[in-house]
Amino acid sequence: MFRITGEPIDAQLLHAIVRDGDGGVVTFFGIVRSAADDDKRVSGLWYEAHESMALREFEAIANEARLRFGDVRMAIVHRIGELRPGEISVAVLASAPHRAAAFDACRYAIDQLKQRAPIWKKECYADGAAVWKDGR
Amino acid sequence: MKVHVLAFARLREILQAPQRSLELPEAARAADAWAALERDRPALAAERSSTRVARNGRLVSFDETLREGDELAFLPPVGGG
Repeated sequence: MFRITGEPIDAQLLHAIVRDGDGGVVTFFGIVRSAADDDKRVSGLWYEAHESMALREFEAIANEARLRFGDVRMAIVHRIGELRPGEISVAVLASAPHRAAAFDACRYAIDQLKQRAPIWKKECYADGAAVWKDGR
Repeated sequence: MKVHVLAFARLREILQAPQRSLELPEAARAADAWAALERDRPALAAERSSTRVARNGRLVSFDETLREGDELAFLPPVGGG
């Protein structure tokens, strides 16, 4: 399941990909923080994406995870638009027969997504300033 | 020929539009499209070295030759998550 959505992310939805026989499910949620790295107060984040390219990148990342870690199913959902502190910006779920592959695949997918997916975020501060944040 | 340009994040802000169409000579390259935009918005010049370009959803070099109706997306450094 690979999605870009303007609506709040429903964590339950991702569980639809879990299959009978999967004994380990690992979920990662990225949450909008209320403070920036320099402690400035964040009022919200703005996300935008090249949607078709981002979805293809999600699929490519999941395929790579399967090659590296074996039998694992993945769901990757990223929100776009305006988000407030506390909201989920991204959810990654990895489901596998055993926990090791699920942990590894989940970590791999979120790390790769941040580096590669054509998605951008602007940090908006309580004082009215705003900065585009490049991936790290 | 006409190509369809998409711009994201800081590039979108400089262009003051998420998309626009560009009229270019036949056999123009992605770099020619960028140059046309830059003539219009000189502030783009500082973004060129960090920008990647995708033609019809695939990353290409700025030397890529364009065709009528192409979608050309200019992508600044990404930062999702």
